[in-house]
Amino acid sequence: MAEYLKPIPRIDVMSKTYWTGTARRELLIQECRHCSHKQFYPRPFCLKCGSENLGWLRASGRGTVHTFTVINRNLQPGFAEGPYVFAVVELEEGPRMQTNIIDCKPEEVKIGMPVTVVFQPVNENLALPQFRPLGQK
Amino acid sequence: MGFITRKTAIVGIAELGEPRATHKTQFQIHAEMAKKALEDAGLTLKDVDAYFSSCIYGYSIMPAVILPEYLGIRPTYVDSTDIGGASFVAHVGHAAAAIAAGMCQVALITYGATPWSSGQAIGTEGLVISEPPYQFELPYGPTVVGNYALAAQRHAHLFGSTDAQRAEISVATRKWATMNPNAMFRAPITINDVLKSRVVASPLHVLECCVISDGGGAVVVTSAEQAKHLKQPPIYILGAGEAVSHDTMSQMPDVTDLPAKYSGEKAFKMAGLKPQDVDVAELYDSFTITVMVALEGLGFCPVGESGNFVSEQRTAPGGAFPMNTDGGGLSSCHPGERGIFLVIEAVRQLRGGRGPAQVPNARVALAHGTGGNLSSGATLLLGND
Repeated sequence: MAEYLKPIPRIDVMSKTYWTGTARRELLIQECRHCSHKQFYPRPFCLKCGSENLGWLRASGRGTVHTFTVINRNLQPGFAEGPYVFAVVELEEGPRMQTNIIDCKPEEVKIGMPVTVVFQPVNENLALPQFRPLGQK
Repeated sequence: MGFITRKTAIVGIAELGEPRATHKTQFQIHAEMAKKALEDAGLTLKDVDAYFSSCIYGYSIMPAVILPEYLGIRPTYVDSTDIGGASFVAHVGHAAAAIAAGMCQVALITYGATPWSSGQAIGTEGLVISEPPYQFELPYGPTVVGNYALAAQRHAHLFGSTDAQRAEISVATRKWATMNPNAMFRAPITINDVLKSRVVASPLHVLECCVISDGGGAVVVTSAEQAKHLKQPPIYILGAGEAVSHDTMSQMPDVTDLPAKYSGEKAFKMAGLKPQDVDVAELYDSFTITVMVALEGLGFCPVGESGNFVSEQRTAPGGAFPMNTDGGGLSSCHPGERGIFLVIEAVRQLRGGRGPAQVPNARVALAHGTGGNLSSGATLLLGND
């Protein structure tokens, strides 16, 4: 398998549940048990009401492209090989997350396009959530 | 009117004016600019009791400690607020507040950086910090240009703004640069030139992105009372505001709700002024889209209308809205955080010495810095009477 050159996320106390979830191919987001607010990325308390009573929700993995760009030039190892799509996806549960849109031509990506999560293997501890157009095999 | 309005003035400025300064270090630039700005004011380093700067490239050290050491001063008021490019605009507001509150008397703000001569690719390097929350961003390959491109796509989607409209800003700003002997690029360009230039991160073309240059500058602020006795006509600080909203792009509210809205509102209210009172505007132009959303946030045009606003070269010399009159970051200089040049050019316009690039009868200038990934904004309103 080709060497993985991209930055590997640094797992910490706050993000452990999230990354452990990715290893199981689950996209976990925080849900406040007090006010039902859903948020990403993980915080120590609910950003809406302040409650520390937060649970984890397994997101459906479906969302839409909130915005994107085709990056043609990035000098960093792992990204230097050619154009790729960097995007912000809005999950159907509400929160947004940064990601790449894969499994389609970059010029096919549009704002509002429905997408679904796929997990890209990184190592035994975690996988990287990516998104592909919904309805594509 | 705000507590600080007209209580302080900018009394000294200096700019390096060398976008390719291969024979200078960044510390050296800070120091030379400090001396030159103080000379402009008729003051010396011994008169300085407050010091401001934002960061030292390549080193994670305390700028408000190491730079005073380098300058041989021991200030009793310091501020190293770093909100990206907007930092130095915010520093002027902070200095005004501190002086007005009696916490210091003579504030020195300095900037210097040499990314061009050290070969740094500021906008297209991957971001290499690995602290949370960047663990949710870095694995996906963001770049600074890419982050601004996300905003440009969003703006086009919401409002139908076009590549050609954004390109008007590049063309107009270059026209101002032709009148600035220190600008890095001075040959006129056309809309077509911009649209034919390489797409770095869609939809942003190379000519929609700021230059990478060396550069530096300094600004001296003191009380309005003391300013009367110094060398230059005082340029009064009328209003100041700042705002911070996010850093990583998944946490950005939307392009319709950015810091400029909040920093602008505060500054205008403090000064008792409105957008139509501004005679000349210096708006941070890391990218064309940076200017577009600032125009909207500050209220120079309705939200979504900046494409129309900049059309037909409205911001060019001779146009109805003179903007970025030194050639900006798009053509003149951008060493990484260019907020100080917005302040310097605004002061120059209000002092009246800009020759062919002078905006006639300029009485009120606005400087607006944008930092990070549309993350921060700092707005300053200055006047000469």
